[in-house]
Amino acid sequence: MSLLVDLATPIAMGILLGGLYSIIALGLSLVFGVVKEINIAHGDFVILGSYFGYVAMTVIGIDPILSLIIGIPLFFGIGFAIQKYLLNRAFRISMDATLIIAFGISIILQNTYQLVWTALSRGLTTSYALESFSVGPIHVPLVYLLDLIVAIVVMFFLREFLRRTYLGMAIRAAAQDWKAAQLMGISTNRVYAVTFGIGTALAAIAGVFLGLTFPFTPVSGMPFLIIALGVVVLGGLGSIAGTLVAGMAFGLAQTLGGYFFGVTAQMLVAYMMVLVVLTVIPRGIFR
Amino acid sequence: MRSKALLRGSNIDVFHGSFQALWDVSLSVNSGEIVAIIGANGSGKSTLLDTISGLIHPAKGSMEFEGKNISALEPFQIVDLGISLLPEGGRIFPDLTVLENLKIGSYNRKARPESTENLQRVYQLFPVLETKKPRLAKTLSGGEKQMLALGRSLMSNPKLVLLDEMSLGLAPLLVNDLYKTLQEIRTRGITILFVEQNVRRSLAEADRAYIMETGRIVLSGKVDDLREEEKVKKAYFGT
Repeated sequence: MSLLVDLATPIAMGILLGGLYSIIALGLSLVFGVVKEINIAHGDFVILGSYFGYVAMTVIGIDPILSLIIGIPLFFGIGFAIQKYLLNRAFRISMDATLIIAFGISIILQNTYQLVWTALSRGLTTSYALESFSVGPIHVPLVYLLDLIVAIVVMFFLREFLRRTYLGMAIRAAAQDWKAAQLMGISTNRVYAVTFGIGTALAAIAGVFLGLTFPFTPVSGMPFLIIALGVVVLGGLGSIAGTLVAGMAFGLAQTLGGYFFGVTAQMLVAYMMVLVVLTVIPRGIFR
Repeated sequence: MRSKALLRGSNIDVFHGSFQALWDVSLSVNSGEIVAIIGANGSGKSTLLDTISGLIHPAKGSMEFEGKNISALEPFQIVDLGISLLPEGGRIFPDLTVLENLKIGSYNRKARPESTENLQRVYQLFPVLETKKPRLAKTLSGGEKQMLALGRSLMSNPKLVLLDEMSLGLAPLLVNDLYKTLQEIRTRGITILFVEQNVRRSLAEADRAYIMETGRIVLSGKVDDLREEEKVKKAYFGT
């Protein structure tokens, strides 16, 4: 009984943390599923979102969550332009070319962060970022709960957009058969640019909530990219519900691993879990 | 005569890498006609349809639609002009519903306002699609999938429909139905250019035909004349 009480907090933390992981993974999964690009700069775009919130808070003095009203369209535009002017052209050379370009963008972004914001660790320390709440034996920071709520809300809107609009249908059609999509009158280049734009806008959202949850440095993108890749393969490519469930599974494996084997082993446990699940169901949970 | 042609291809050469797939191909399709392209596997029939729809661009020669040169246009621009290709194997979107597959057919700006009317017309042609509209397309039978593919290509408000081996792998009864539908589609003023391996079927359904061999057009004319052609008799009917 006392074990259950002790476990209540790590379980709750793991599930809530899954919200943050799934929102980080969502943009990666969408671009991977539709454009078939592995955007290895995704983690760095997420951190760009964190710095965007940081600047909004410290320089302009507005709440980082509120700053997303500008951040989402701005990041969409950046992503749209990168796909349209860089990656769509690289496509014609080979798939590898897009990977190398994304890697280059990643290096450029990391070094820019070092130059502008130095290597110091930053955080979005708003008043509510330090709050926590308790339900029975569970004690968790408030932002963790916020992470999960935002993840669910964002996923709901993304799902509705993909289901109900012509553009959303075109994105799903292009993901399934790009050649047939072109024959339907769809400009796949435009669809790819829009998709990459959405992926980058999702990175902005993820970045702000990451910054509210954890401290970040110019090189924080990589570890979160690796977590996101784990979540994407675990959840099944392009599946929104799968991304949420996989994010929670990853969060749980991490917090429970930390509880039983110590903090140093928590990531090892989480990746072991990914490995075991993929051995049993190689196509991921939702495919 | 020249002004009547809806589609006119002149002296077209097409390459797949270094392999030449079409050699000096010329063809014309008039408004309201049903025209067949006949030939064995690998004779270049599908390549010709892909070239018309902009999936491949010719290295030489020109493709004109309603007098406008379309050889450099992208597929989505060609759909806008009113050409719709039903690709080989149908290539419906397996994880979209039947209704979504049809709706995506009317993606282009000109067709979208008429989407509801066109949907009703497609349901008239293929009532089974209406009863199965919420199902995922991958759950349909082979014949239903092909009906969906044909219905989907009609959703774009085409003036010219290109059909690539529509009847491939289907039961003969289903094929009969599909070709009956073709004649119905024609009465709506839609011009049809189709590719078929079955020579008897092609000559029975079309007004005119082109016969292709190894990337070249070797014979063309009215189907009644072609049936009498010694070469056709020998090659395809074994007499």
